[in-house]
Amino acid sequence: MPIINIDNKNYEVKEGKNLLEACLSLGLNLPYFCWHPVLGAVGACRQCAVKVFKDADDTKGRIIMSCMEPVKDQLRMSIDDKDARSFREHVIGWLMINHPHDCAVCDEGGACHLQDMTVMTGHSYRDYHFTKRTYNNQYLGPFLNHEMNRCIQCYRCVRFYKDFAGGKDLDVFAAHNHVYFGRQQDGILENEFSGNLAEICPTGVFTDKTLKQHYTRKWDLTSAASVCQGCGLGCNILAGERYGAVRQITNRFNAAVNGYFLCDRGRYGYEFVNSDQRIKTPMVYHGPAEQSNGIPILDHVHRRMVPGKTIGIGSPRASLESNAVLKELVGADNFYLGVSAADHDLVSLSLRLLRQGPVRAASLQDAAAADVVLILGEDVTNTAPMLALSVRQAVRRMPVAAAQQQVHLAAWQDAAIREAVQDDKGPLFILSVQETKLDEIAQGAWHTAPDNIARIGYAVSHLLNDAIPEVTGMSEQGRDIAATIANTLKTAAHPLIIAGYGGGSEAILKSAANVAWALHDLGIDAMLSFTVPECNSVGLEMLDGHRLESALGRALNNGIDTAIILENDLYRRLNQHSAERFFSNIKNVILLDHLYNATAEKATVILPAGTFAESDGTLVNNEGRAQRFFQVFAPTSAVQESWRWLLQVAAVCGHTTLSSLQHLDDVVKYMATTYPQFDGITTLTPDAHFRLAGQKVPREPHRYSGRTAMLANKNVSEPKPAEDEDTALSFTMEGYRGEPPSSMIPFFWQPGWNSVQAVNKYQVETGGPLHDGNAGKRLIEPNVNGHTPFYTEVPEPYLPLKEHLLLVPCYHIFGSEELSIHTPGIAARMPAPYLLLHSEDAKRFQVTEGHLLHFMDNGHHYTLPVIINDTLQQGVAGIPVGLPGMQIAEVPQLIKV
Amino acid sequence: MFSLVRSMWLIFLHMFHKRETYQYPEQKAPLPARWRGRIALTRDPDGGERCVGCYLCAAACPVDCISLQSTEDESGRRYPEFFRINFSRCIFCGFCEEACPTYAIQLLPDFEMAEYSRQQLVYEKEDLLINSEGKYPGYNYYKVAGMAIQGKNKGDARNEEPPVDVKSLLP
Amino acid sequence: MTNFWWIIGGVLFALLNTAAGLIWVERRMLALWQDRYGPNRAGPFGLLVVLADTLKLFFKEDWIPPFADKIVFVFAPGVVMLSVLMSFVVMPFGPHVIVADLNIGLLFFLAMSSLGVYSVVLGGWASNNKYALLGAMRGASQMISYEVFMGLALMGVVVLSGSFNLREIVEAQRTMWFIVPQFLGFLIFLVAGVAETHRLPFDIPEAESELVAGFHSEYSGMKFGMFFIGEYLGITLISGMLVTLYFGGWLGPAFLPPVIWFAIKTFCFILLFILFRASMPRPRYDQLMEYGWKVLFPLSILNLLVTAAIKLWLNN
Repeated sequence: MPIINIDNKNYEVKEGKNLLEACLSLGLNLPYFCWHPVLGAVGACRQCAVKVFKDADDTKGRIIMSCMEPVKDQLRMSIDDKDARSFREHVIGWLMINHPHDCAVCDEGGACHLQDMTVMTGHSYRDYHFTKRTYNNQYLGPFLNHEMNRCIQCYRCVRFYKDFAGGKDLDVFAAHNHVYFGRQQDGILENEFSGNLAEICPTGVFTDKTLKQHYTRKWDLTSAASVCQGCGLGCNILAGERYGAVRQITNRFNAAVNGYFLCDRGRYGYEFVNSDQRIKTPMVYHGPAEQSNGIPILDHVHRRMVPGKTIGIGSPRASLESNAVLKELVGADNFYLGVSAADHDLVSLSLRLLRQGPVRAASLQDAAAADVVLILGEDVTNTAPMLALSVRQAVRRMPVAAAQQQVHLAAWQDAAIREAVQDDKGPLFILSVQETKLDEIAQGAWHTAPDNIARIGYAVSHLLNDAIPEVTGMSEQGRDIAATIANTLKTAAHPLIIAGYGGGSEAILKSAANVAWALHDLGIDAMLSFTVPECNSVGLEMLDGHRLESALGRALNNGIDTAIILENDLYRRLNQHSAERFFSNIKNVILLDHLYNATAEKATVILPAGTFAESDGTLVNNEGRAQRFFQVFAPTSAVQESWRWLLQVAAVCGHTTLSSLQHLDDVVKYMATTYPQFDGITTLTPDAHFRLAGQKVPREPHRYSGRTAMLANKNVSEPKPAEDEDTALSFTMEGYRGEPPSSMIPFFWQPGWNSVQAVNKYQVETGGPLHDGNAGKRLIEPNVNGHTPFYTEVPEPYLPLKEHLLLVPCYHIFGSEELSIHTPGIAARMPAPYLLLHSEDAKRFQVTEGHLLHFMDNGHHYTLPVIINDTLQQGVAGIPVGLPGMQIAEVPQLIKV
Repeated sequence: MFSLVRSMWLIFLHMFHKRETYQYPEQKAPLPARWRGRIALTRDPDGGERCVGCYLCAAACPVDCISLQSTEDESGRRYPEFFRINFSRCIFCGFCEEACPTYAIQLLPDFEMAEYSRQQLVYEKEDLLINSEGKYPGYNYYKVAGMAIQGKNKGDARNEEPPVDVKSLLP
Repeated sequence: MTNFWWIIGGVLFALLNTAAGLIWVERRMLALWQDRYGPNRAGPFGLLVVLADTLKLFFKEDWIPPFADKIVFVFAPGVVMLSVLMSFVVMPFGPHVIVADLNIGLLFFLAMSSLGVYSVVLGGWASNNKYALLGAMRGASQMISYEVFMGLALMGVVVLSGSFNLREIVEAQRTMWFIVPQFLGFLIFLVAGVAETHRLPFDIPEAESELVAGFHSEYSGMKFGMFFIGEYLGITLISGMLVTLYFGGWLGPAFLPPVIWFAIKTFCFILLFILFRASMPRPRYDQLMEYGWKVLFPLSILNLLVTAAIKLWLNN
């Protein structure tokens, strides 16, 4: 390890880094703008100037940009040098020439990297007395606010948006001191990761528009570490609350999961927490009732729980704790998984594949490090958005490595490497039912029906391993495709195979597993990534229970009096017909949920359940990583965690096991001892008795304001603040001020670092893991025993049938998820229901674009406008899933038109 | 030793000095303009609310007795949706006034705000807002800030150039 | 015999009223020297503030801390009142206005004023509070130390008059007040007197800037009031003693009765005490002890020796 000398002190640093990274990793303060740990260095902002010296005798030295200089053994440099300091101060001074006098009305203020760096350099007085440059702003859609006057031309936004996230509609315009960062014209920023611009921008050019609607400064937020509920990837987030409403979601760095970024669904899909549709009080027959008919609400529940005739329906969007408590409350025989048949089959299969096969599940960061990627039947951008971002990084892996060989530069030399790479792409192969956003960076992208995708998958695995039978009846083209993919995969070091629920086919999952396992048998470190539909789909599947259809069957045989439905809308799990029959055959429906939905209409008793912001719990993501999310704030209403409601019900019923449980730790301990598959979740985060220097970890920063005035309009005597008995976090600003354990960091802040960039101070090295490791624990590990359980039953090819269409699911990042569509911004980006048809099929049914096509399914009539898309195979029709008003739960399926 | 006697003598002589006390309720003390008394929200020269809801006063307040929620009108001008000061907690330190970047919050030379009920000391925006520019006449924050609001487009503020024409490459 | 009871009654009445009135006098005088008004709202010249204060003290919750030693806690404020009032027994207010004309009057005074220290120590101890205890310890050491040379300083007067009887001491000053031959003794007694009553600048047992309120931190209501009144009685006592011993007691031109002369002189010293409070800073505790033992104690011995020597020389 090289030793460098900074301000006459020797430090051991890591090879291959630049000086800026080295300094920041050592905990030294050095200002910067354009550099970002994952975007690399371009030396554009001239802010990180330091002085380097030839040797110990050199007193003059020379000023260099630390981000452009690699670490060298015995290098002598000075951060504190007078010239370097004054250089940095002047650079800020120049940036400030045109920066508007806006901090008071700027959403970035108080969490602004430019403010921090200005203070750090000591620039405090404006010497320039002439005019300021101004720009007109653009409308950029419902997520981001644009205020171009504030721009300091660091280029981070375009480097992230275009180079990193693959966006096309944000760019630099104009010239010299007029450069403009925006779109060619006003319009919605198309990229699914545009929200990250609010964090990437070192100042307030791009700010969170949803935050602006209920603006709160960072120091006023009560925040807690949480886990995104938007999809199955389990990205780490920080949620901030003020005056009882969640105000903002920001990224919580986790080097093994989401790194520095979030997708727009995750960042902006939080407003369902503040929705008018929230259930805030317990209800009996839709009347608010703390004491209905003079009976406490819990007795209402208890009276309806007929032993042996009460069932529980779990939920993939409820925490592991809530599901486990429900299962214990009603008994394993009466516990049903509240997921559709298709989702259940796919998720349980992927769980089986990961447990029984020898190939491990890839984390998002593993995926970004893959060199060859094969996507089978999945539109990753819409089903697991952050995985698409990882794939975009994986595709650059090989060209960057090649360019490094050629130009002999470190990978962080972003501009030079990009110049050398040009448009080279690493191998990415996509087989999907229709075009996807990633097609543009793929070496090969082919579109066909799900079964045909699976057949090509089988063909690839056959080419890799003879144990898998040859696929008969393959077309010439199919054989070529399989050969290309197989040959590339053989050369890979860390190939990644992606499949999942988006393809809607078990055969695709099996073929994906076959490919990965065959590679593994060749001695290649292959990885699998199966997408899952919801934040706790895997956790629910691991808990295990009966299928939802068997509950329906039992209801029809009058075997059910009461159903306790946990955070679930059965109309999204069963088709409308089945759901209606289910509800009409049971006497009582007890619902625990947070939003009024179709199921709530049928409920006899409703208990207001907490959303992620009002609950503590554990989720298991698609990788099998269990992660704890913490309650953000204490609600003033009757809302509480589902598991707590159920524990209270259990106490009223006198349930033997559950009556002894009270707090989160008790439930977690109960789960870890009862279910061997959850062994280890007790270590996810320190327990409620954990203290740092005898104190809890505060959810509020030390500058939190308004404590004695917030509630003064109700009563001038302040109430006692809420106490958190479940975790080692406190709801107040009192507590330990240092760095908490990584799993429970409520906000990133360090003296002098108020912006999100403070995360540097929590990391082992810049861009590296947090100080005490990455939060979360993998519960699923591969089964490596020398025997690979290949699948051999190759599906028949799909051939279009006359008068019939094969409906395949089309998922949408904005719209397919149940909760996020309650956010106005997401709802605005939601597509209208449609039917995707090939132009030949359209001719066959004599319709054109925009025409309404009518068809029937299970006695339901559907009339949908047609959209022509020739990337579909003939005979296949795409239909959006999960949109409000779309009721089909069972896709893919063949329908008669 | 002598100094003790001397100081005793000097203090004894104060018997014959004029008294400094103001006989308060009958005789009002002349308060200087910078006296830190009742807190008010002032207005722009053109009558608009000066407060832009930046939360700096709340953050500066050592007893956390200020709370507000900022919001904005259709034109992008920010103002507080509510603004509350709990005067039963206020220590009249004046930090809020010092922190205010728009001269909106000002401490006035008025201290006669006693109430029989503590609840009455909670002042809302309607109680705080006055129809005056206070101690800083002529200042209008939006005339120096870069944000465009109703009646002030980009480039209209003091010392601002007209907005850049993005399509021009002229130097 | 009736005359005797009249005297006791009169003395008690006068003393208690003086002590109460001193509340007002002190506040008004301090205000005067600080260019303020002081209490001027209740009654004429604010005189009724005395009544207001007394009423307030009476109506305050008579609270005994749960951690205190209850019996001693109640007993302590009584001691200070009692010891000071007992001292007045030997005070000659006029040629015949004296409760008990003891021939060991001066010794009785010293004995009684020594008892005063018990109230401080007991009060501080019983409060079971660290500040109170610190105050009590300081009070004890201060009062014991200063008592030594207070007694020694008085011996000069005894030598000159040849008697411990206070009436005779006053009579001995017909030709010349003892302030003249015993000026040094007067100064030492004055300082020691201030220390004995732990008045400012020697209020080290209370020292509110360091010890909250010292030995009476835990006291409130009328028990605090007893300490309060005890302090004013102490001032009156020391002033009366100064007058008796050095300023000719009741002696004065015949156009005013002797008792009035005594009262006027005493009142002047009371004002001096208040002036001390208005003008002097509090010394540090160690400075106080050093000053007592290293300066005043040698001086008082010197004073006694020189006085005795001159007296012997003159007699021979």
